[in-house]
Amino acid sequence: MNSRAQIRLLPDGRRMHLQDGPIDLIVEAFGAPSEVEKAYRTACTRFETVLDELCSELAFLRQRCLPESEWPHGVIARRMMAAVVPYASEFFITPMAAVAGAVAEEILAGMRASAQLLRAYVNNGGDIALHLAPGEKFVVGIVERPDRPSLFGTATVQACDPIRGIATSGWGGRSFSLGIADAVTVLADRAAAADAAATIIANAVDLPGHPAIIRVPACQLAPDSDLADRPVTQAVGELSAAEVNQALRGGVEIAERLQQIGLIRSAALKLQGETRVVGCIPELNPALVDERGLVHA
Amino acid sequence: MADDAIRCDACPVLCYIKPGRTGSCDRYGNENGQLVRLDPHVVLDRTLERGESVVPFIQRSQDWDGTLVSHAETFVTAIGAGTTYPDYKPAPFIISSEVEGVDVVTVVTEGIFSYCGVKLKIDTDRHLGAECSTVRAQGEAVGHVTTSEYGSQMLSLGGVRHLTGGSRREGTATCDALLNLCNGNAVELAIDDGAKVMVQSGKPPIVDGVQEERMRVGCGSATIGMFAQQWFGKVDDVVVVDDHITGVLSEHQAGKMLGVPETGIKLKGRRSTPGRYFQVAEPGTSWGGTNIDDPLSIVGKFNAKKAWPGLRLLMVSTTGEHYAYFELDEALRPAEKDLPSHLQESVARIRENCEPALCTVLFMGGAGGSLRAGVTENPVRLTHSVRDALARVTSGGAPVYIWPGGGITFMVDVSRMPQNAFGYVPTPALVAPIEFTLKLADYAALGGHMSAVRPLSSIVAGLDGRQRVVARVGSNKNGK
Repeated sequence: MNSRAQIRLLPDGRRMHLQDGPIDLIVEAFGAPSEVEKAYRTACTRFETVLDELCSELAFLRQRCLPESEWPHGVIARRMMAAVVPYASEFFITPMAAVAGAVAEEILAGMRASAQLLRAYVNNGGDIALHLAPGEKFVVGIVERPDRPSLFGTATVQACDPIRGIATSGWGGRSFSLGIADAVTVLADRAAAADAAATIIANAVDLPGHPAIIRVPACQLAPDSDLADRPVTQAVGELSAAEVNQALRGGVEIAERLQQIGLIRSAALKLQGETRVVGCIPELNPALVDERGLVHA
Repeated sequence: MADDAIRCDACPVLCYIKPGRTGSCDRYGNENGQLVRLDPHVVLDRTLERGESVVPFIQRSQDWDGTLVSHAETFVTAIGAGTTYPDYKPAPFIISSEVEGVDVVTVVTEGIFSYCGVKLKIDTDRHLGAECSTVRAQGEAVGHVTTSEYGSQMLSLGGVRHLTGGSRREGTATCDALLNLCNGNAVELAIDDGAKVMVQSGKPPIVDGVQEERMRVGCGSATIGMFAQQWFGKVDDVVVVDDHITGVLSEHQAGKMLGVPETGIKLKGRRSTPGRYFQVAEPGTSWGGTNIDDPLSIVGKFNAKKAWPGLRLLMVSTTGEHYAYFELDEALRPAEKDLPSHLQESVARIRENCEPALCTVLFMGGAGGSLRAGVTENPVRLTHSVRDALARVTSGGAPVYIWPGGGITFMVDVSRMPQNAFGYVPTPALVAPIEFTLKLADYAALGGHMSAVRPLSSIVAGLDGRQRVVARVGSNKNGK
């Protein structure tokens, strides 16, 4: 048994918090109490070995994915690979770009297989896997201020929508970004796919060579980063409206292509207060597309 | 390749962590070559005054004999305690410890303060900006210039309007500036139509690239009063240049008392009372907080009926930083001369009497409803017990000043708190430690979460390495 992992029910008595090393999950399932309990037990058991499985292939997962790359062995690692391989011929990407989404997906898959649930989500630090039984829906709360109970806006994901994954990427987050987007939120069919796409789109929101952008080789910050000596964004100075527009256009172009070929359903790109939406975010409160930020509730 | 990086073995990711950075989990970091848990529960230990500020991995260190376990001289702070906000569950740690024979309980929580800010005192007479001017960090409005105090310019930063009332960027920049200031880091602030100032708690301010050294000894008039005796007989007139009140020895009450004769000097500006002038120049960052570089620019023509050739005039700023010495020529025009040695001493004395200029950062916040509910089932009773002095409030072990009136609105000097005591949530809002300490019996009486009370030994036992032990900040005598 893994003694590092911390598993506890949050004080609300409904949600579970699972943490091991860099993995932090918030899990909630809805359905008959006995089914929810079954799902939670499965999630906990599955979670115990997740980090060890990933770490056993970590060196491989940190390498650039190429179309001819071999595939890893672990089931989560294979989810990661499947999510990044569509980008392998055109972009620099490593399987690690999809790790958060893939872990969320794997935990959720176990819960679905073991119990009859109406709805469930696994939120891995903002990268979220969703389950919806027919006729169910998730109102994905988007709050301006997490301390306020009132939602600032919502997007509603219906069971009939294909969306089952939500992910956000940006330069200010926990992982490094090659681009300057404050946040790129992607809705896709699966969490790992959303995770990989958010990374690619966020990288494409960029102004190469702009003097107000401070970049540092990733390995100088974290010697074992999968990004090696690629310059990652550390600070973004004030940009003119035209520059913001230009940078966002780069991301929007990629996002539109990904949407057309079905890799993503929709995306919201944010940079210095500006927002661009690609595709259709279902039942998006129109007030969202303004100066304000998007935060997952 | 990883030169000064260290390998973290807290989990199988085995991150190489560079100094000053964290691993992929953001929980463990490399602090000066030591692997430390970065969101740990800080245990202030009065016996560690001179020791290392951070003792990492308590449960692994072989030389740790566990003496803290039953040690009453340990004070558990809220830093890293986490918070249950906004739900109404007991605060993460409610600790009972035996202190001086009284069974006391410390309710430890980290409060999320969206109603919070920083009052910044910057010891300088240089003009930083007009009252009410906007103060910016990273180009965003984060506060304003407020009423100046004796020898200091005051800024008020943060508050709910900047944190959550404006654009996301404004909120983020504000949160960032507050967090850095509270955690003892330097922040560059730019004041609209004013100066750029680099501020850091406990350090001199840097105004437009020039480091402030000393506070003024007093206003110009006060300086005349203090030094009149020392100047009498050695010089015929002295002008102490000050943006607030410029003093003139021969006209000033202090000069009159000593019998200093009139010199026919004429000063620009608005005369307040004899020898005291307002607004001799515009506010600035030069002589005595004015914008003048040439002191004679504030002196008019000498009155030929009173002045005499050879008249000796000293002009000096309120910090002694700027000075010039003149003698009137035959046409009664001031000609600059070297400062005579017998006057050098008085200029040096002004400098010597100026205290080192510092920036001081007071965090100010209000403990709201749900934070109080984490402490007791009946929140208002906590407020009452604070009012009635039954509950002692500290922040990171540092004493706080609690504003009279309703609620629990407090101020604390961040330099008395352990380093990196503050955190943030993306709201954006600051997370600050707050501790309520009271007698166990009083705690029970006010509806405390008695079932959640844990003995201190269970926290200090160091079983999970999530606590760090730091020396008590010297000036905090009593953190109980």
